[in-house]
Amino acid sequence: MTSLPEQTERKLGLAIDLDTCVGCHACVISCKGWNTENYGAPLSDTDPYGKDPVGTFLNRVHAYEVTPQDNAPFTVHFPKSCLHCEDAPCVTVCPTGASYKRTEDGIVLVNEDACIGCGLCAWACPYGARELDALAGVMKKCTLCVDRIYNETLPEEDRVPACVRTCPAGARHFGDFADPDSTVSRLSRERGGIELMPELGTRPVNRYLPPRPRDTLQGCAPAPQGDPSTEGLTGFLGWIDRTLSRF
Amino acid sequence: MPRQPAPDLSPRVSDEIRRTTCYMCACRCGINVHLKDGKVAYIEGNRDHPINKGVLCAKGSAGIMQHLSPARLRKPLKRVGPRGSGEFVEISWDEALNTAAAWLKPLRETAPEKLAFFTGRDQSQSFTGWWAQSFGTPNYAAHGGFCSVNMAAAGIYTMGGAFWEFGQPDWDRTRLFMIFGVAEDHDSNPIKMGLGKLKARGARVIAVNPVRTGYNAVADDWLAVTPGTDGLLILALIHELFRLGRIDLDYLIRYTNAPYLVNAEEGAEKGLFLRDETGTPLVLDRRTGQPACWNAAGVQPDPAGDWNGHKTVLRLMAERYLDPAHAPEAVADRCGIPADRIRAVAAELARVAFEEEITLNQPWTDFRGQRHETMIGRPVSFHAMRGISAHSNGFQTCRALHVLQILLGSVETPGGYRFKPPYPKAVETHPKPHAGVTPGQPLDGPHLGYPLGPEHLLINDDNSARRIDKAFTWDNPMSAHGMMHMVIANAHAGDPYKIDTLFLYMANMAWNSTMNTSEVMQMLTDTDESGTYVIPRIIYSDSYSSEMVAFADLILPDTTYLERHDCISILDRPIGEPDSMNDAIRWPVVEPDRDVRGFQSVLLDLGVRLGLPGMVDDDGSARYRDYADYMVRHERRPGIGPLAGWRGNGDGAGRGAPNPDQLERYIDNGGFFTSHIPEGAQFFKPWNQGYQDWAVARGLFDKPAPYIFSLYSEPLRRFQLAAEGYGDRQPPDRLRERIKRTLDPLPIWYEPFEDAMVSQGDFPLHALTQRPAAMYHSWGTQNAWLRQIHGMNPLYVPRKVWEQHGFADGDWAWLTSAHGRIKVPVARMDALNDNTVWTWNAIGKRRGAWALSPDAPEAEKGFLLNHLISELLPDRGDGHRWSNSDPVTGQAAWFDLRVRIEKAPPGPPSEPVHPAQVSPVGQGPTTLARHS
Amino acid sequence: MHPAPSIILFTTLSGLGFGLLAFLGAGVILPTGLAAFLWFGLGYGLALIGLAASAFHLGHPERALRAFTQWRTSWLSREAVLSAAALLAIAPHAAGLVFWNTPVPVMGAIGAVLCGVTVFATSMIYAQLKTVPRWNHWTTPLVFLLAALTAGALLTGSGYSAQMLLAWLAVAMVLHWILGDGQFARRGSTLGTATGLGLMGRVRQLEPPHTGTNYLLTEMAYVVARRHVRVLRVIALASGCVLPSVLLWSAPYSLLALGIAVLLHLAGMLAQRWLFFAEAEHTVALYYRG
Ligand SMILES: Nc1nc2c(c(=O)[nH]1)N[C@H]1C(S)=C(S)[C@@H](COP(=O)(O)OP(=O)(O)OC[C@H]3O[C@@H](n4cnc5c(=O)[nH]c(N)nc54)[C@H](O)[C@@H]3O)O[C@H]1N2
Ligand SMILES: Nc1nc2c(c(=O)[nH]1)N[C@H]1C(S)=C(S)[C@@H](COP(=O)(O)OP(=O)(O)OC[C@H]3O[C@@H](n4cnc5c(=O)[nH]c(N)nc54)[C@H](O)[C@@H]3O)O[C@H]1N2
Ligand code: SF4
Ligand code: SF4
Ligand code: SF4
Ligand code: SF4
Ligand code: SF4
Ligand SMILES: [Mo]
Repeated sequence: MTSLPEQTERKLGLAIDLDTCVGCHACVISCKGWNTENYGAPLSDTDPYGKDPVGTFLNRVHAYEVTPQDNAPFTVHFPKSCLHCEDAPCVTVCPTGASYKRTEDGIVLVNEDACIGCGLCAWACPYGARELDALAGVMKKCTLCVDRIYNETLPEEDRVPACVRTCPAGARHFGDFADPDSTVSRLSRERGGIELMPELGTRPVNRYLPPRPRDTLQGCAPAPQGDPSTEGLTGFLGWIDRTLSRF
Repeated sequence: MPRQPAPDLSPRVSDEIRRTTCYMCACRCGINVHLKDGKVAYIEGNRDHPINKGVLCAKGSAGIMQHLSPARLRKPLKRVGPRGSGEFVEISWDEALNTAAAWLKPLRETAPEKLAFFTGRDQSQSFTGWWAQSFGTPNYAAHGGFCSVNMAAAGIYTMGGAFWEFGQPDWDRTRLFMIFGVAEDHDSNPIKMGLGKLKARGARVIAVNPVRTGYNAVADDWLAVTPGTDGLLILALIHELFRLGRIDLDYLIRYTNAPYLVNAEEGAEKGLFLRDETGTPLVLDRRTGQPACWNAAGVQPDPAGDWNGHKTVLRLMAERYLDPAHAPEAVADRCGIPADRIRAVAAELARVAFEEEITLNQPWTDFRGQRHETMIGRPVSFHAMRGISAHSNGFQTCRALHVLQILLGSVETPGGYRFKPPYPKAVETHPKPHAGVTPGQPLDGPHLGYPLGPEHLLINDDNSARRIDKAFTWDNPMSAHGMMHMVIANAHAGDPYKIDTLFLYMANMAWNSTMNTSEVMQMLTDTDESGTYVIPRIIYSDSYSSEMVAFADLILPDTTYLERHDCISILDRPIGEPDSMNDAIRWPVVEPDRDVRGFQSVLLDLGVRLGLPGMVDDDGSARYRDYADYMVRHERRPGIGPLAGWRGNGDGAGRGAPNPDQLERYIDNGGFFTSHIPEGAQFFKPWNQGYQDWAVARGLFDKPAPYIFSLYSEPLRRFQLAAEGYGDRQPPDRLRERIKRTLDPLPIWYEPFEDAMVSQGDFPLHALTQRPAAMYHSWGTQNAWLRQIHGMNPLYVPRKVWEQHGFADGDWAWLTSAHGRIKVPVARMDALNDNTVWTWNAIGKRRGAWALSPDAPEAEKGFLLNHLISELLPDRGDGHRWSNSDPVTGQAAWFDLRVRIEKAPPGPPSEPVHPAQVSPVGQGPTTLARHS
Repeated sequence: MHPAPSIILFTTLSGLGFGLLAFLGAGVILPTGLAAFLWFGLGYGLALIGLAASAFHLGHPERALRAFTQWRTSWLSREAVLSAAALLAIAPHAAGLVFWNTPVPVMGAIGAVLCGVTVFATSMIYAQLKTVPRWNHWTTPLVFLLAALTAGALLTGSGYSAQMLLAWLAVAMVLHWILGDGQFARRGSTLGTATGLGLMGRVRQLEPPHTGTNYLLTEMAYVVARRHVRVLRVIALASGCVLPSVLLWSAPYSLLALGIAVLLHLAGMLAQRWLFFAEAEHTVALYYRG
């Protein structure tokens, strides 16, 4: 199973809008909630009420500061989960075949019944998208909510990943990157979707939509002027007169 | 290719979904609670719900862990150790309720004011207030006084509503959105959804905030304002709009008091509106050049008139704000924003408002009877919260912002700011505060309200306060939400009088919701000469083992939010939307597995034991079985009750007789009720005949109540007049100058009190807190998932200060204010105002609280800034310590704090270190792996 | 990377074991009877203890057999298959010598080659990982192979080979360190490429996603102080190569010296392996960089 499919019929993934993400962690917790109850072993927590609480999460939101050459620094909230790479190194390193990439939609999954918990796939993933569950001893990763997106017991509109459904800002878009007309493809095209660490050749499916340019409203832009002769109180009163005459 | 595994792609998610209302914060989103084997398995947003439309924040999704928290209280508790120790024994409900009744009954019969009943961020204030009124004590309020009363009051006095529950931007149409001093806010999912909409449309967002995180991080433009100076910035924007002739004159004439003539004659009327003999304010009629009633038929007011020296409001504003003192270059340094940038923002506001005007082809009729074929909109909107309101100049700053919106003509117009029913509501239609005590009898009226002048103050002839929190006194005449932050200090000092029982509900007053935390803990445990506690009795209702629990004598354990009835009522803190009137319920989607009871039902039970009017029938028996029964059967006015939906025979909306099936109908509908506003009534609400009629039909008012906006606020002027010596109620001399200066009827800016009082050389930095999106005050910490995200809080230090002090990653610092010193871990942040440090709010915890192990990072590395903030300002040598709050409303000035920073020896624990409290519920388990 | 004792023991001991077995299989010495039993026993013992140690690292050791299935793509699977094959292939040769005083040279040779390939496969588990640029380099298999062969030479008392191999190993280790030090930078992964934000300006972490630690941080963001690195490199080089070499040179026929040399070498290799892991930076650490 550890061979990668030559090609997948679809390329399901996420387009995450860094211009819109407010860093609220909603996606982190809805992911934890859904995946604790569903696919595979629950996502465990050790020392949850103690000194060193550590739990398994499939999605984590980082915060970075970017300082442009000559403008104010800005903050970017940065959610990160599995990118469902086309050349997924996590799959090929797996000695048991537990890790695999689905031929029909490209989702990278772990078959927990076959996983020996060696951790090698987590080492092979450049992005930190895999976490070994401390209690279950198996590798956990984002499933792209494979048990939601095809789930016939759910209403049609709910057949999207839990994180997408919950994101209050609408910063997470789910869809098929193989279809050039899908929302995710279009967004990625229009907004210059970023591939993370392209130098490693993993060919991630997920795309990040970069923040739009910040702080463009500067004094140098010629401000549109109002009525030119409003300077001072007299000017203002004159403006009132002129304006009233138009009513 | 080998066969790939075939996982079950359609697993059944749950056995059953029950729809109720989230209470992981006060936003009150709709939730679908999935149950498996009768247990809560998973929580997601309710797509049909008007507030969140299916989305859910981190706290909401983590609700399951709150519901299963090991910190849940299990049974009523009676204190056995000293206060603060946390040593309790469990007792029965009967014993608990009899004890409470035995304490309270004599108070009611002799001196009801000796009970002080204060509640936190609960959502049953119309109910708890009714209970307190029935008991007869004047000492009741919720937490609004330390929260955001500046914003609420400024909005109500100016235009009959502020942000959050009162209104919100027209997210679907706005093209320029400006947000001041907001990290998270109550409307937390709606704001995020709104920002998402703006982003999807490419609309511009401008953030004014010393810190660039969260909403401010996604803003296109960031103004790193110096804390406490927003008023200056806003007035400079107003200066620019006047200078550019970019104000909506038509709107101002029609819908505001801009054209009112202000009396210029020296005397008791000076600064009040010129009125005719019926008391109707006058304008200058352009047709005649003579004063006329503002609402006379055909009158054409001159907005900038000057009649015998009596000038219009707009004229006074122009004179004031066109002054060079308000020019961008005059304020730039002080605000920390270049003058060019201020000008560019003003120009952009004006450009979008007037050049991107929107027109909806929607006819409507105004209150003058005039029909309009279209609705003209100015797609500029604003939002603001505690960043501008939690300062001692907050009321006036909030006023300034509301005035700015009005000048642009963008309130209640398409694309602008929109009210949410039951708002708009003129300030005059709100109740006035009451404190008339008669032993054994109810209070003479509702506790809280909006004073219109000195006659509404709650003071005795010697100017002493009638309420324990000193709300509605000369120190803070318009303290519309009470002043919960003063209760413990005043009760401890016996000033204005001593009390017997402090009854608190859902407020962590021994910890994060209090200023000066260590000293407050001291006040709660202080004893007098005879060895009895200075505050003799404390009753507290909490659901969890919080810090406050340890300081109470009697604990009435509440359920979690999934186990009780609650009422999100229009009489209370509503969840309206601009297009609809809504209310909602919570209901027990699961039964408690502990011996706990919903607090409101407990309060009713206590009311029956005390024989409180309204709660007992003539034979002394309980009128309401429990809170659910009250929600259905209680009526405030005939046909108007806590819930608006399905009244009468089931088709009553807002009005109608109680319907015994009402709660069932709510449950069937997903836990909420919505009534949509007709299309022609959705904008211009204060002046829209259609809206007014609809609101009357829905029971929001009893008769149409149109009104116009107050750019100029007469009630403020009335207090100024008193300070100038007019009228028979006179402020003490020490306050005259302050009242004259700060209760200006037109928005002003003055330096925050702490800035003015402490040496800026000694305390060069501003220190702030922000709400993290994934934590709700202190409650979130017991949540195993959320505390992994925020288990400790560093102090964020701007780069300049970081380098100046040679800080490195992992360092610790001393942070000192005029009031105290704490030790904290530090971290660097670049997108931060150069003179500001900040941290996440309420992450630090007392050891032993919340069923955490005593070495939890929250106690070791987390900290509260509150230790540095005093409820009183430093002594300035006049023998009087002024309260650290806004002089108009009494709002706690959390964000006025000034500090200095120094390097400290590295490593935990953060200081001050408090001894551990004993946990009455033990400690949480060592692992979690839940599959229900 | 977290220097987990289980993997340090695994790579070091299995390297030692397969190195010894390779020498035995190649017939560098041909002990018989009890001596053969002891020698082969040592080789098998070290290899098996090493492999067993690796199982401690597993979340589900009881499923370890599944690791034999994916040899087409997975170096870890190949290592499992090859190690089993090597141990099996040498068995007839070993049994022949122990029980019948007769070598089975063909199987010995095949086994020797398989032992070498096994060590190579072990090294490739690490060397294949682009995420750890320090490992993803030809010096990784070189060090692993030379270390195994050196061990084989030392344990079989092959003085001359041992001297040669110790020298080569020393060179390889130094090369691995020096070239390794620049590997991460040469790969060009930065927080800027990791987030895609590098084009917009300088990027630094403001807040980690959780205030506590997590699996990724404990497993992959291990940081070792520079001065410790220097000290340990000196220890690894001295104890692993220089001192054994000096000992062998000064007391070529002393069994005691040989014994000490072996122990020193072992200690040195443990230090080298500890550094191998501890020094290695994973790209994931970028996401947590201030
Ligand atoms: N997740 C979450 N949501 C909450 C809460 C919570 O605890 N957690 N609490 C709820 C409650 S009770 C309240 S009152 C609301 C409060 O909601 P917010 O008003 O958002 O309150 P704060 O987090 O205090 O944020 C204040 C913001 O103002 C900024 N600020 C401080 N001083 C100034 C200033 O002088 N000028 C400007 N322009 N900005 C300034 C701070 O940097 C910060 O961003 O949130 C509610 N919502
Ligand atoms: N430094 C600083 N301090 C601040 C602020 C700030 O910005 N900076 N903000 C201030 C503001 S605006 C506010 S509103 C306060 C908030 O402060 P608090 O009102 O003290 O808020 P919480 O910490 O949430 O405490 C509420 C208590 O209610 C309990 N509780 C939770 N759920 C239930 C329930 O269902 N039933 C009952 N009976 N109890 C329950 C919790 O266990 C907790 O003990 O903090 C204030 N303190
Ligand atoms: S839920 Fe949406 S806005 Fe919130 S952190 Fe996740 S992606 Fe960002
Ligand atoms: S992101 Fe990591 S885990 Fe996901 S497919 Fe790519 S390499 Fe594998
Ligand atoms: S941990 Fe499991 S999924 Fe990952 S490589 Fe090992 S066996 Fe495969
Ligand atoms: S797609 Fe599903 S599993 Fe993946 S991050 Fe989102 S919620 Fe988690
Ligand atoms: S904002 Fe979050 S916590 Fe608050 S009510 Fe909504 S879902 Fe619940
Ligand atoms: Mo608040």
